[in-house]
Amino acid sequence: MPAVLAAHAVEKRYGRVQALAGVDIAVDAGQLVGLLGPNGAGKSTLVKIACGLVRPTAGRVEVAGAPAGSSAARAALGYLAELFRFPAWMSADEVLALHQRLARSTGGAGERADLLELVGLADASGTRVAAMSKGMQQRLGIAQAMVGAPSLLLLDEPTSALDPAGRRVVRVLLEELRRRGIAVLLNSHLLSEVELVCDHVVIVDRGRVVAAGTPSELRREGGVEVETEAGLRRFPEARRADVPRIVREVVDAGSDVYGVRVVTSTLEEAYLEVVEDIGE
Amino acid sequence: MTAIVLYGLRESVRRKMFAVVLVLTVLFLALYAWGTHAAFRDTRNFVGPGQEQLDPDVLAGAIVQGLAMFATLFLGAVLSVFLTLNVVRGDAEAGLLQPLVVRPVGRVQLLLARFAGAAGVAAAYVLTVYAVTVAITRWAGGWTPDRVVAPGLELAGAVVVVAALALAGSVFFAPIANGIGTLMVFGGGLTAGLLGEIGHAIHSHRLAHIARIAWWLFPFDALYEDALHRLTVDTSGFAGFVLTLGPFGGSHGAGGTLLAWSAVYLVLVSGVAVLAFSVRDL
Repeated sequence: MPAVLAAHAVEKRYGRVQALAGVDIAVDAGQLVGLLGPNGAGKSTLVKIACGLVRPTAGRVEVAGAPAGSSAARAALGYLAELFRFPAWMSADEVLALHQRLARSTGGAGERADLLELVGLADASGTRVAAMSKGMQQRLGIAQAMVGAPSLLLLDEPTSALDPAGRRVVRVLLEELRRRGIAVLLNSHLLSEVELVCDHVVIVDRGRVVAAGTPSELRREGGVEVETEAGLRRFPEARRADVPRIVREVVDAGSDVYGVRVVTSTLEEAYLEVVEDIGE
Repeated sequence: MTAIVLYGLRESVRRKMFAVVLVLTVLFLALYAWGTHAAFRDTRNFVGPGQEQLDPDVLAGAIVQGLAMFATLFLGAVLSVFLTLNVVRGDAEAGLLQPLVVRPVGRVQLLLARFAGAAGVAAAYVLTVYAVTVAITRWAGGWTPDRVVAPGLELAGAVVVVAALALAGSVFFAPIANGIGTLMVFGGGLTAGLLGEIGHAIHSHRLAHIARIAWWLFPFDALYEDALHRLTVDTSGFAGFVLTLGPFGGSHGAGGTLLAWSAVYLVLVSGVAVLAFSVRDL
């Protein structure tokens, strides 16, 4: 099955600044891909190129097989910008109705009600944007991005204005999207969330992909800890495969073993390691 | 496309822009009715009845109607500018534009729809106010312009040109800079027209030439002066001579070439705006 989003050797220059320096990325149908990187790494530029807001200097981006920015590509995606605003005088329902017309969606009132329900705004259908909290607006933004049942969602920092409860709503929503087979490219600084929901993670720094893989692939094993009656013993160089041997040696040495833990780094630690390595 | 047109218009309604315009327009028309009534009465006293060379009603009617056209053009131009000054850069900086642009409707349609909405409203406004002022002038002094329809259409064309300039400016400039810039261009164009009239009066070819160049660069003044010219196109004699000087830039026939150029100019400015917007990173 072809990738819903495929970027090949994408470059972008803003004057003398190289925002992207040859990025390759692919998002398959139903896949949830997290895009990580420090500020100014080029993540938002990549997302904007994918939805046609920015033109690449070189390289090629395709959305659902169509060139990024083309009408067919735009019809296949939903986008939530990092900085966005809806007209303050519109109600949540009116915002979605406007986007239904622009997206040529035939979902009608049923689709609007479903989307508002999905983002936890079922009771705010008639509420004006001006009366909404930032978190509610962000959730409305996610609902707006989903109008017309796109096959790819590009979410640029969708949880930046949300409180922990709101983030949980988005997390559940992302899992629901995966269940529905919608591909998502999630640009976020919240590594813990990316770690929880994403199938695949791409780390970008200084316009290049510096690491990519599943969250578990990116996490690194950091030794083995064995709990004995004498306390916790650490084997920093050991890996999971060494556990039987270590336990045998400890028992042979006359100690009782109460617990064993393979120490792995978090995605955050792995991310910082990769980014700092590049920085040095 | 209709969705975008309605979106732009509703935004203007919700911002109470139309309410402000309506109040100011009613105020202007009320003052115009009062002033026109007084102007006809006082001119009759000033010129005296039964003058063959200078009909007081023609003199008063043409002058106050010309003044009304200037005011209508000014209000219409301000409305045009405020409806279009933030369409691209302003809305993009506010984050309002991006969610719309990524939809299949596309940039070209979006821009043209916003232009159609703004130009349509400004043109309808100008035509309405012009028609009301013609009716007031007739009511107050019994005078009607020599041509009624064409001046209104030309006035509407002038504000559509101003709307196109502000729309094109919105692609390149932030709203405040664009608004100030467009209104300065508008003022500059009218001033050049006034200089041209002075040039004709004192036989200064250089001034007349400058005005002619300004007409080609900013044809809204050509449309405005041609509209004024048509008010008294059949009036001859001393009254006709006095009226060619007219208020706020006088009147002068633009000629068919310049009127056709206005239409081409509109297409060119809109084309530049569309082209620049379609390649602009947002």
